[in-house]
Amino acid sequence: MLTLSHYLTLGALLFAIAVVGIFLNRRNIIVLLMAIELMLLAVNMNFIAFSHYMGDAAGQVFVFFILTVAAAEAAIGLAILMALFRNLSTVNVEDLDSLKG
Amino acid sequence: MNFETVIFYIFAAILLLSAARVVTAKSPIHAALSLVLAFFTAAAIWLLLEAEFLAITLVLVYVGAVTVLFLFVVMTLDFNVEKMRQGFWRHLPAALVAGGIMAAEMVLVLRTRTDNVAPRNFDVHYSNTKELGRLLYTDYVYPFELAAVLLLVAIIAAIALTLRRRKDTKYIDPADQVKVRREDRLRLVSMPAEKPARAAAEKTEG
Repeated sequence: MLTLSHYLTLGALLFAIAVVGIFLNRRNIIVLLMAIELMLLAVNMNFIAFSHYMGDAAGQVFVFFILTVAAAEAAIGLAILMALFRNLSTVNVEDLDSLKG
Repeated sequence: MNFETVIFYIFAAILLLSAARVVTAKSPIHAALSLVLAFFTAAAIWLLLEAEFLAITLVLVYVGAVTVLFLFVVMTLDFNVEKMRQGFWRHLPAALVAGGIMAAEMVLVLRTRTDNVAPRNFDVHYSNTKELGRLLYTDYVYPFELAAVLLLVAIIAAIALTLRRRKDTKYIDPADQVKVRREDRLRLVSMPAEKPARAAAEKTEG
């Protein structure tokens, strides 16, 4: 019998893998964006599991909005990446230090 | 352990393995392809949770649009992967400690509290798409409109960020065209009127 905690545990593990990915790929901004997508996927998994087990479809509506925002974020993030590469010829996060902050 | 549980464990294993491939793959192309597999398997798990509409949306929006966009960008840019891979595994112990503690905490919290919740039983004619549509166009119509505006803003921002104008292209600025006045373009010259051709011929004969 599948319980709610099966799905929540899966979401937690997925989120942890994405966190490990952000630690490992500190320099490659493209894989950083992919790890963020994985995190959003884990969050969506939790929303849908709760929606299924609590019997409330509002959770699925929230996933719908998260998908919208994530798509917009990916599009703008990659557009910024293109502009960045055109100006600096790099996607290495460590080279992006012109602000000296 | 029934059939549904077996399927869940198979899909969960594929999902976690492909997610691990996304964050450890050498080439960004392989990472993006593993991301496709991860999203696809997640859609299958959402089908197990009876969220059919969102499962199909995940495949359409993520596999069909976002991951393809990632592949486009990775293939367009020519960057040095080897340089970014230097010291890749150096931070693995710290990453595993942080991720492991986080996962262990969440698993401990979740295992003790949520096991007594029973899933909702749907009747045969229940339509997930219908219920979502009803909610979106009644209770959540205002956030829905906002999401549409957000997408419009994202489209315009993405185009504006990547738009590049070449220096040697000839083009006309419509604003300058509209601002043109007659006095800038047209010069009126005052000069004596021409004589008719016949009168001029008689004059030369006589």
